[in-house]
Amino acid sequence: MKITQHASADTLTLLLDGELDASSSVLLDTELTKPETLQYQKVLINCQKLNYISSAGLGVFISHLQQFQDAGVKLVFFNMQEKVHNVFEILGLDTLMTIVPSETEATAI
Amino acid sequence: MKNALRISCSRGNLKVVRDFVTDSLLNYHLSPLQLNQIVLAVDEIVANIIIHANGEDESQHLDLAIDVNDKAFGIEIFDNAANLYKPSSYHEPDLPEFIRQGKKGGVGMALVNRIMDRVEFTTQGTQNVCRLYKSLAQPEQ
Repeated sequence: MKITQHASADTLTLLLDGELDASSSVLLDTELTKPETLQYQKVLINCQKLNYISSAGLGVFISHLQQFQDAGVKLVFFNMQEKVHNVFEILGLDTLMTIVPSETEATAI
Repeated sequence: MKNALRISCSRGNLKVVRDFVTDSLLNYHLSPLQLNQIVLAVDEIVANIIIHANGEDESQHLDLAIDVNDKAFGIEIFDNAANLYKPSSYHEPDLPEFIRQGKKGGVGMALVNRIMDRVEFTTQGTQNVCRLYKSLAQPEQ
């Protein structure tokens, strides 16, 4: 798993590249735990190169969502592959998290 | 077709397990979603056994045996941990509550139970066996 960051004034975009499992999810958790993350209005997760997600990866997002919401930070996923989106659907997480097709729509939220 | 794999109890081996399951299913023309779901279910069980049952003790190992044909996928996962998962302890996750609590774990078995057709845990002597089964029959049009 490789995580590339791009920050603008109010938005942090994380490009996830690879597979998010019980081994690699620690890296993502470390990124989202950084205090400065809560200073942005939006955290966008670009899932274009995310080829796999397990419950450990989902757990990282589940565990940070409330803290983001309390701090007024919007967490938005975009460019998600169908097989990754399917994992969110199996649990019903697609209705609890904001997932949009493209970066344009993610930016407009 | 039967396939076997032995790994040490390291979470770094989860990718090895996913590749093993993927390779075993390559000739069965599954959709990308079906294939990913089966790989995910096995990954979840193996991660639980490595991390929770065996405490990531790399001196311990797991044995996996896959039996697959046109109609069904089956896998047996053997380990020797004293700390056996008890299916009776399973509760359906309350996701809004998990989010409110900032809970990191607890959804893996829900994925396994929703994906697989049969999930069994047994102990024979000192050996634990988890068996997962999934029909590969295509739904009738």
